[in-house]
Amino acid sequence: MQTAMSDVPALDVGHVSHAYGTRKALDDVSFAVPAARFCVLLGPNGAGKSTLFSLITRLFAMRHGAIRIFGHDVATAPGEALRRLGVVFQARTLDLDLSVQQNLAYHAALHGIGAQRSRALSHAVLARVGMADRADDKARDLSGGQMRRVEIARALLHGPRLLLLDEPTVGLDMQARTDILAYVRRLVAETGIGVLWTTHLLDEIHPDDAVIIMHKGVILRQGRAAAIAAALDVPDIKAAFAKLTGSRPVDVSELV
Amino acid sequence: MTTLEQGLDISSRGEDLQPGFTWRHYGICASGIIWREALRFIHQRERFVSALVRPLVWLFIFAAGFRSVLGLSIIPPYKTYIHYQDYITPGLMAMIQLFNGMQSSLSMIYDREMGNMRTLLVSPLPRWFLLTSKLMAGTLVSIMQVYAYLLIAYFWNVVPDSMWGYVTVLPALLISGFMLGALGMFISSAIKQLENFAGVMNFVIFPMFFASSALYPLWKVRMGSPWLADYCALNPFTHAVELIRFALYQQINWVSLAVVVGCTALFLTGAIIAYDPSRGMLSRKGG
Repeated sequence: MQTAMSDVPALDVGHVSHAYGTRKALDDVSFAVPAARFCVLLGPNGAGKSTLFSLITRLFAMRHGAIRIFGHDVATAPGEALRRLGVVFQARTLDLDLSVQQNLAYHAALHGIGAQRSRALSHAVLARVGMADRADDKARDLSGGQMRRVEIARALLHGPRLLLLDEPTVGLDMQARTDILAYVRRLVAETGIGVLWTTHLLDEIHPDDAVIIMHKGVILRQGRAAAIAAALDVPDIKAAFAKLTGSRPVDVSELV
Repeated sequence: MTTLEQGLDISSRGEDLQPGFTWRHYGICASGIIWREALRFIHQRERFVSALVRPLVWLFIFAAGFRSVLGLSIIPPYKTYIHYQDYITPGLMAMIQLFNGMQSSLSMIYDREMGNMRTLLVSPLPRWFLLTSKLMAGTLVSIMQVYAYLLIAYFWNVVPDSMWGYVTVLPALLISGFMLGALGMFISSAIKQLENFAGVMNFVIFPMFFASSALYPLWKVRMGSPWLADYCALNPFTHAVELIRFALYQQINWVSLAVVVGCTALFLTGAIIAYDPSRGMLSRKGG
């Protein structure tokens, strides 16, 4: 089963273009996220990452190209595609007036998971992110990092095999950022889930990570971080990014 | 952080999914959406109070003041002379639903910006089903508000001719609430200019409410302005009011029923198209 599954990429983005009026946000973007891989989509703000996310989650319609989740086309079989997908949006999407448990139960219901099963699943996913003891607290009372952890738990609740995270560490303190990054990396290693992690922060990338560098709607390079750097004859991905985009890389030291 | 060995093994799931969705999935999803709306409603007490105060101000003050100004003849469904407060009660019930529909449409815009709408729309179930469930949830909330109003009106001696009226009005409220909610949903998706409540008040709520049979019977309007009376007769809100008015007196106004059902179908189709990613307006806004 595993071998059969691993042949089909978790996420397959093929020749996707998208424009707002005359402004091109994505121009012939193609890449794949294999199952059980941690992939980083790296790009500065305005690179087209959020547009791509809206297309993958079917908020926007596909005009050119195709996106498949485990072989299910988002445009023609949205139900089958979306049920295999977990998403953590950049914006906070917890209902602040409801408790953590109620937020998770709502999400479960949206996936057709009944109350009893949702309670068991909630407990399990909250335990995974170390939030089991906060299940009855209101979402409003959580810190930014805790909310993120709950959002990740929620995205995992229905058992997706692909997890998308759109700039999940934005607005978090150092400790929370490190925790969440480490947690998601372990999740990939231990459960075989495929992850697409978008960021503009270069220090979140390991040399062994699969990296897709996007700039102004175009993919500039993709491959192992170390290999991208080596091909450009620079020491690391930071230097590679600066060389490719001509921009000064954003370092975490500037943000704290 | 706790160890990953805790909890369920996520990797074992997802592969054994049966293709498609069963009735059970649909039922759980719809009741989940309604349950969330009810929870939010309970948490937002100010919303409930203001939804109740608005029609009561009209009932206690406006209706009392106008009581002697407006003479009402006996028109169907009434069989005897009625007080003005009895006449405007169906209009105020529909007004509660109109405000509720517009408010939930604005909250959808707010939700969309805040990301809550995204949570709803990434559900794998069909989008028309998600939107219809959301509409049903809003309608049920509006019906709770209407019955709260009727309870207070009861003590103000505003009662239908039979207690059965409270039961027979329920299906009318379901349809009218659906129509006004669908209108709000369509507006929220299609018209960007109406993204604040003042705009909705000026361009939707006031024209619909005042140019209707909510406050004055159409024959009375016709005496003043035949043109306005024609406009009122075309206003879907008039028919929501008349549907409720007749149902409260255990009668069916067939014309109004047909108009309200037709408009519901129209507005709902419009909203579903607007929220359909392949045709809709979502991507045009470039969010």
